[in-house]
Amino acid sequence: MGLETKIGEVLPDVLTTRLDSLVNWARKSSIWPATFGLACCAIEMMAMTDPRHDVARFGAEVFRASPRQADVMIVAGRVSIKMAPVLRRIYDQMPEPKWVISMGVCASAGGVFNNYAIVQGVDKVVPVDVFVPGCPPRPEGLIWAIMKLQEKIEREKVFTEEPAKTMVQLA
Amino acid sequence: MAEETGSRNIVPRYIDASPIGARFAETVVEITEALGEVTVVARPEGLVGLMTYLRDEPTLRFNYLSDIGGLDLGEFASPRFAVSYQLYSLDHNHRLRVKVFLDEEDPVVPTVCGIWKTANWLEREIYDMFGVTFEGHPDLRRILMPADYEGHPLRKDFPLKGY
Repeated sequence: MGLETKIGEVLPDVLTTRLDSLVNWARKSSIWPATFGLACCAIEMMAMTDPRHDVARFGAEVFRASPRQADVMIVAGRVSIKMAPVLRRIYDQMPEPKWVISMGVCASAGGVFNNYAIVQGVDKVVPVDVFVPGCPPRPEGLIWAIMKLQEKIEREKVFTEEPAKTMVQLA
Repeated sequence: MAEETGSRNIVPRYIDASPIGARFAETVVEITEALGEVTVVARPEGLVGLMTYLRDEPTLRFNYLSDIGGLDLGEFASPRFAVSYQLYSLDHNHRLRVKVFLDEEDPVVPTVCGIWKTANWLEREIYDMFGVTFEGHPDLRRILMPADYEGHPLRKDFPLKGY
């Protein structure tokens, strides 16, 4: 396209991009997690923020105690049936856009706790974006999940519902 | 044994329960001993009187209810349920176990909340897990499972998994 070149010639300090890319770039670079440690996975989640693993490199080190200030909920541990409505309420209190990482096998599928007390997979309660395997996953595994989530955020469409269909119609 | 070896031996003894059996002949069904541990099997009817005596009698002084346990002996056992009280005396450093057997049709046992306040939550747990009713309990509702939960999970006929 010639437009960017023309703008570049006339206004050399102006950058052109798609709004989706700009917004998604801002969102994925600053994913603030809601503190939701439920079991031993929470220890690894905390270790993720320490200097050795340093999740600040990916902009996800600011754990918020209030769901109102959080972007992603990391469900770290087994969810009991009694805890499920609490978890759902905290998820509902988070402002859009919001994402969920299911950390470890217990949160993802019940794990060894296939019994009367534990929800067999947190996706029965909230929609999950990334599942992390492991018991518990190492901090690297959780960082991997955050990177996967960043990739997912990059692909999101902020201002158009069905972009593919729109392009087909234009053609 | 504890007296002979002095303060170094802090393992509590179980008491000889035969005087209790003689005193509460109508309540006490039998007294058993296994591995040095004494169990008094009692009827639910006279339980409160027996427990009050065990707490208040100066030579016994069971002033601490360590735990209450529930027991499901299986769907085909009769009596099916049992509730066992682990008593401990902080004054005398001795123990006793009191056990009550209950029928499946009507698993009701009188509460001991008036004797030991700690029984409140312990009995709620037994009610939650086994469905045993504690008559006279001030606040008998589930303590571990959600209020709208169906069934009693530690019963033998409750599915092990799939929940």
